[in-house]
Amino acid sequence: MNITGTIHPAAQKNPAKGRKLRNVGTTIGIVIILIVWLVPTIGLLVTSFRPVALINTTGWWTALDVNNGPASSQNLDPDATYGDKLKTRFTIDNYVDALTGYRGSGTYRQACASGTKPLGMNCDLSDLLNPRGMGRAFVNSLIVTIPSTILPIIIGLFAAYAFAWMDFKGRYVIFALLVGLQVVPIQMTLVPVLRMFAGMGINGTFPAVWLFHTGFGLPYAIYMLRNSMSSLPKELFESAYLDGAGHWQIFTKIVLPLTTPAIASLAIFQFLWVWNDLLVSLVFLGGQKPVMTYQISNMVTSLGAGWHLLTAAAFLSMLLPMIVFFALQKYFVRGMMSGAVKG
Amino acid sequence: MATATKSPTPTVMRQGKVVPWLYLLPALIVMTVFILYPLVNTVGLSFSNKDGTASAATTCTEGQPCWGVFENYRYALTAELDMKDTQSIWSSFWVSSYGNMIKWLLVMVTGTVGIGLIFAVLVDRIKQEALAKSIIFMPMAISFVGAGVIWKFVYNFGTSQVQTGLLNAIVTSLGFQPVAWLSKIPLNTLMLIVVGIWMWTGFCMTLLSSAIKSIPEEIIEAARMDGAKNFDIFTRVQVPIIAPTIVVVITTMVINVMKLFDIVYVMTGGNFGTNVIATRMYTEMYTNSQYGRGTAIAVILVLFILPFIVMNIRRFKKQEAER
Repeated sequence: MNITGTIHPAAQKNPAKGRKLRNVGTTIGIVIILIVWLVPTIGLLVTSFRPVALINTTGWWTALDVNNGPASSQNLDPDATYGDKLKTRFTIDNYVDALTGYRGSGTYRQACASGTKPLGMNCDLSDLLNPRGMGRAFVNSLIVTIPSTILPIIIGLFAAYAFAWMDFKGRYVIFALLVGLQVVPIQMTLVPVLRMFAGMGINGTFPAVWLFHTGFGLPYAIYMLRNSMSSLPKELFESAYLDGAGHWQIFTKIVLPLTTPAIASLAIFQFLWVWNDLLVSLVFLGGQKPVMTYQISNMVTSLGAGWHLLTAAAFLSMLLPMIVFFALQKYFVRGMMSGAVKG
Repeated sequence: MATATKSPTPTVMRQGKVVPWLYLLPALIVMTVFILYPLVNTVGLSFSNKDGTASAATTCTEGQPCWGVFENYRYALTAELDMKDTQSIWSSFWVSSYGNMIKWLLVMVTGTVGIGLIFAVLVDRIKQEALAKSIIFMPMAISFVGAGVIWKFVYNFGTSQVQTGLLNAIVTSLGFQPVAWLSKIPLNTLMLIVVGIWMWTGFCMTLLSSAIKSIPEEIIEAARMDGAKNFDIFTRVQVPIIAPTIVVVITTMVINVMKLFDIVYVMTGGNFGTNVIATRMYTEMYTNSQYGRGTAIAVILVLFILPFIVMNIRRFKKQEAER
């Protein structure tokens, strides 16, 4: 879906924004909205660093009040300064336990220090790859996401070039069909593909997810890349052609370099989409190769995991998208402008 | 199709009949296998029994209403309804997946577009615009699952005297009883919609904001000269000018809301009357292994979305014509 018809690109950068009104009402309105938007996430972040005893007995907003909560989580030394007391009220144990998948009654570090290894663990770095932990899920998420991002872009580039700069019968009709396919709900295709994968015996393997994400990412990828490519000036192609370049040379030497910004936007989009996806991983990978979203949804629905693990795990899963988002926001927004978000 | 002739292809460049298809082939194969074929297959399955081995008509039971080969559609459309009398149909409809979808559509689309629009206009006037916008936009980058955890914690219903969920802490400090936000009908669906609004407002805001910025400054200045206040400029100048963008944003949101799955799945699992179409379909397919019923629900979902697919293609045609 494209909205560039209503937005003039030149007008987007508007340095001559003459008046920045300083209006009290405006500022208050904005601040209220911002607080509502930020506070839930801050709550999660603060909670993920609190010991489990405190999470269950006091609200996260009292985190800096050192005197509440059960005695076990307090520094009772009468000479302790505020800073000393505060130290006992924050911990990284939740992250260690979430990463290793520790589910015992204490903490992973306590258990290992006491000499009795927790079930199925070695108390060394290999525990980070424990199948139940978020460390392993992080690796799985990466294995799912990287090929699922690269494949549709490569295949899409070729198709987009053909749609933008080649003449063939049915070009317009096929492309219109593709525009329609962008909004087909993913649910429509899950069952037949699942049965097809079962026939091929690849359910529960990474290639199954790669293939599915590639197929589903393609309409949007082609649409976006084609829009970007067809906005290149025609003369460029004509002069290159007259100089004796064929389609292949024009595609690799001229079009690809000039399409890099669009490829970057698309890559970020597809990356975030696949990374954040739950449904596809749930259906095709399930518990066999758990990704981060799967592990978290499992922790939510099963009663076993407490808030301390859940908040840490959720924050771990957001870390990479947040970094990508804040580092590459420009491309992210541009990508969104050239096509609506799919799903 | 006059637009098709307005192709950007340079006339001097000619290629054989085969070359374009070589470029297209990988994409066409993948899309056929993973989108087109499944689409057709899904429609077929929706007329079959639970594992696709016989017609849906065979699943009818004696003495019960039966729609023959459309039996799965009968189930998909009426199973959630309490058919005793008009009153019970009406009340059960509003907690069915269809009733919930209407609630989602009304509240979430209004919420995201409304807040997004207001924020886009407000933020246009302050210095820290970029920062403010990225805060609103940030939830777009995280997963629905992550958002589900964040908000489940906000809505947490304590078991003892202690309320560690923010919302109940506020409610109890005001002297009220704590509320089980996620299991109390019909409040819970509203609470889920709040999460959706939190996640998607940034999307609407960004699109609307850039439309607002594309309005030439002179028009706003002229209105101001004529004595228009900020509010008048907003309602009489800015909103009418960006109306086409608002329509695009609304249709995009409608499609997104109808397909919505993750928030409900993570936060309530569709229990306590919060099912939407996508979660119900998931339950039929994977929890109950009822492929026929599940695919029938999927087809119904596509029928709801179909008008918007057509709109999409129409708009694409119009854009191409204007190129």
